[in-house]
Amino acid sequence: MNVLAISGSLRADSHNTALLRALREEAPSGVEIELWDGLREIPPYDADADGAPGPATVESLRSLVRDADAVFFATPEYNSSIPGALKNALDWASRPIATNAFRNKPVAVIGSSAGAFGGVWAAAELRKVLGAMGARVADAELAVGHAAEKIDESGCLVDDDVRQSLRDALATLVAVTSPSTNLVAA
Amino acid sequence: MSATEQIEQAIPTGTWTADTVHSGITFEVPYAVATFRGEVPAFEASLVDGTLTGVAQIASLTVKDENLHAHLTSPEFFDAERHPEVTFVSSEIRRDGDSVELPGELTIKGITRPATLAGTITGPAVDHLGATRVGLHLQTTVDRTQFGMTFNMPLPNGEPALSNDVTLKAELTLVGQEA
Repeated sequence: MNVLAISGSLRADSHNTALLRALREEAPSGVEIELWDGLREIPPYDADADGAPGPATVESLRSLVRDADAVFFATPEYNSSIPGALKNALDWASRPIATNAFRNKPVAVIGSSAGAFGGVWAAAELRKVLGAMGARVADAELAVGHAAEKIDESGCLVDDDVRQSLRDALATLVAVTSPSTNLVAA
Repeated sequence: MSATEQIEQAIPTGTWTADTVHSGITFEVPYAVATFRGEVPAFEASLVDGTLTGVAQIASLTVKDENLHAHLTSPEFFDAERHPEVTFVSSEIRRDGDSVELPGELTIKGITRPATLAGTITGPAVDHLGATRVGLHLQTTVDRTQFGMTFNMPLPNGEPALSNDVTLKAELTLVGQEA
């Protein structure tokens, strides 16, 4: 199973990107995590440029999403919401809405912040946006508060509880991605 | 009770299948200040020995905007990829004159719950080609959140834009099949 990991932060020492590196370390056998690093290259959304094909960097993102079995997001929180760069990338990826690359795509969202709440509002808004795009939003939640205390200066996650929570979140996403677990009537 | 009254109270026996050209499966949901409507044109329905069965293919759903179709068939609503069919199977048909009630089980998004279709029955009547037809005009109202559809948006006044109660309608023309 191929999982595309997308960090909502551009910062070199991003806690959210560090969480995704830890996720890659914690992935079970058979689950490959690919960390996307193209967020900075996505241009501002412009409907005039939204043709077929779109900008090369956008088409690259769409292709990566299309080829992935699932997508795992880690997002910071800016002003109680999604970072603009991440939202902008999703606005591109969501076009055209009826056939966009995220349609029916299993996704999971976690967040982290330097403060106590771990980016819960940004994560909630990101789940809402992904749902509106037609993604299959997994019921995985992880809000890593006080992130600077759990990630060391080299960018390594040093909190075992958070590592366990990452494994749990990934397991939830993998379960949603395997259709056989979802065909049983509730 | 006269012979005529006995016929009016009877439940059609044998096998009847829907003439889908002259039938329709639709839904209505209050949205803001109006009513949003859609149709599911690909379906099959039959009445066999007093049991009504209907199966609708949700991907065929038609609304007036392709983006709305995409949203309605996405995991936030019907999740057509994982749950392509909506089904109803009656457990009983109760008839009182022209009125009918069909308790049964409704399955949407893989979730099965009891539901009662209620409405009227017309016929049997012979059409211009000699076929015998029965009309069933049925509807029920369900709480969509009971079928895993919780999406909503708040209006400026704080009220949700989309009602949880959705009315499902089946206008069926059933044609009697030769034994």
